[in-house]
Amino acid sequence: MKARLYRLNWVDVVLNALRIVIIVAVIVGAFNTITSGKYTTDQWISLVMSGLAQGSIYALIALGYTLVYGILLMINFAHGEVFMSGAYTAYFLAIYTAKKGWLDSHPFLTILSWMALAAVVSMVVAVLLERIAYRPLRGAPRLVPLITAIGASFFLQYTFKGFYGSAFRTYPEVPALKGTINIGGAEIPIVQIIVFIAAVVLMVGLYWVVEKSKRGKAMRAVSENKEVARLMGIDIDKVIVFTFVLGGALAGAAGVINGLYRPQGVNFFMGFFPGIKAFTAAVLGGIGNVPGAFLGGLLLGVIESLGPNLVLDGLGIPAANQLKDVIAFTMLVLVLIFRPQGILGERLAEKRA
Amino acid sequence: MALLELENVHSYYGNIHALKGVSMTVDEGEIVCLIGGNGAGKTTTLRTITGLLRPREGSVRFDGEDALQYATHELVAKGLAMVPEGRGVFQKLTVEENLEMGAYLRTDAKAIAEDIQRMYELFPRLGERRTQVAGTLSGGEQQMLAISRALMSRPRVLLMDEPSMGLAPVLVDLIFDTIQEINKDGVTILLVEQNALIALDISHRGYVIETGAIALEGPAKELRDDPRVKEAYLGG
Ligand SMILES: Nc1ncnc2c1ncn2[C@@H]1O[C@H](COP(=O)(O)OP(=O)(O)OP(=O)(O)O)[C@@H](O)[C@H]1O
Ligand SMILES: [Mg+2]
Repeated sequence: MKARLYRLNWVDVVLNALRIVIIVAVIVGAFNTITSGKYTTDQWISLVMSGLAQGSIYALIALGYTLVYGILLMINFAHGEVFMSGAYTAYFLAIYTAKKGWLDSHPFLTILSWMALAAVVSMVVAVLLERIAYRPLRGAPRLVPLITAIGASFFLQYTFKGFYGSAFRTYPEVPALKGTINIGGAEIPIVQIIVFIAAVVLMVGLYWVVEKSKRGKAMRAVSENKEVARLMGIDIDKVIVFTFVLGGALAGAAGVINGLYRPQGVNFFMGFFPGIKAFTAAVLGGIGNVPGAFLGGLLLGVIESLGPNLVLDGLGIPAANQLKDVIAFTMLVLVLIFRPQGILGERLAEKRA
Repeated sequence: MALLELENVHSYYGNIHALKGVSMTVDEGEIVCLIGGNGAGKTTTLRTITGLLRPREGSVRFDGEDALQYATHELVAKGLAMVPEGRGVFQKLTVEENLEMGAYLRTDAKAIAEDIQRMYELFPRLGERRTQVAGTLSGGEQQMLAISRALMSRPRVLLMDEPSMGLAPVLVDLIFDTIQEINKDGVTILLVEQNALIALDISHRGYVIETGAIALEGPAKELRDDPRVKEAYLGG
């Protein structure tokens, strides 16, 4: 008993030391960078804005992780591939409509049609995933669907490689989204603003569905207590499918938004990194929490964008800009150690109980 | 004809044989109580009736039909409602949202709104707290909410799992008066209780369950006077 308490204390000491080291490193790095005057204010604004744009895409994908976790207490690790399937399929429509000149004549409607296609494809993939891979495993130990999800993820990657080949493709340029606007002295690409606004609109829409619609209320009821939800007459299978529909549609829309923001890199593997980043964002915001996932996405985008210049640069680490991913995954580990419930989430223990 | 009928029902949790051949009936318009000690199988009986637990043997009939062919939500659609043990209100939903969930299968928005008002008249405390999340209600208020929520589906049969649990005597009286009124409005009631005295008081008939099997049954008055019931459940 005594020995055990003693050990626990040591763990605490080490964790607290780690915490202090990190905080000191962040403060020292930021202080050095800011006092060195290496970056101007408008450069900082640019970094924040591009972080918000990238973060918007993480946020939309993260919502899918969080919705499914909220209902089934499982991480749908194939969600990155759900994103890929819509993004990649809509790419072909994008090329076609660009060739036809519709992108120039009706940019808004054309992009909307890409989004609709991507959303439908991702939705169908997400629903099939639930039906074929996850539903038969409901009630199995939690590790089982997790492993299945990883398997499904590979399956989807290679299926789409089979469909579309392994070339890297590029979304067409959208003339209407070219140009910049001036915010506080910084020239911000219009596309970043559009990406951010689109994400906010989708998020607000989702929030309304979850909070106000009958289906959304049923989702929250199922998430809290499946047995009692069934006693209300709720068909929980339908609610679970609806959850995958919502998550899939958002991931598809995110796929097109991603194509507007970063046209290159359309490939069967393109879902992997955004998927992991979005998962990080969902954990950061508190997995299972809808506004948390959105907040986590934006925050991760901004941290990734600012972190290398603000902190790593100040600490004298060379080529800091290439360390974006390191920052993201360090964040994931730190959140899991120090605040597994995330920013807005409740303790995981309570959810399991 | 019995509205609810169990015949030789055997239910299991894994290898645990929880119901060992339970047979019972509930007729339309009755209040029937099922009493028994901890772990006797009362909750298991209700879960079996509602399809949350599938029996390995025996039959459950609801309104003349084989109930086992239906999923829980389908039975709710046919008029079954249950107030689960320990209330089971949705803690993170507001009082009003909980009531709306009770009316999940109904589509008559106007009548639903009227019924919600009726519940607020029945339990004014719920009305005062309509926008509050249910997790912040007191135990008694949660019980009122659980009962109101079950009524929101306008059930034909209401199954209640220990509605008096953890309530002050005044509240117990209020809840049991309410049960009688619900019954007078035409709702058939199957009441599970450990508080045998008060349950037998308002019931027409009763069953006593012991370790998964019905030990005694009969009109409530007779059970109340039965020496075996007196000794085991009414404190001698
Ligand atoms: N989920 C479960 N898993 C395994 N055994 C269970 C489970 N639920 C109940 N049991 C067992 O089944 C038997 C009957 O339990 P049940 O819950 O029906 O009792 P009860 O009469 O409702 O008791 P109480 O008055 O304490 O609520 C008990 O022996 C109990 O331990
Ligand atoms: Mg019980």
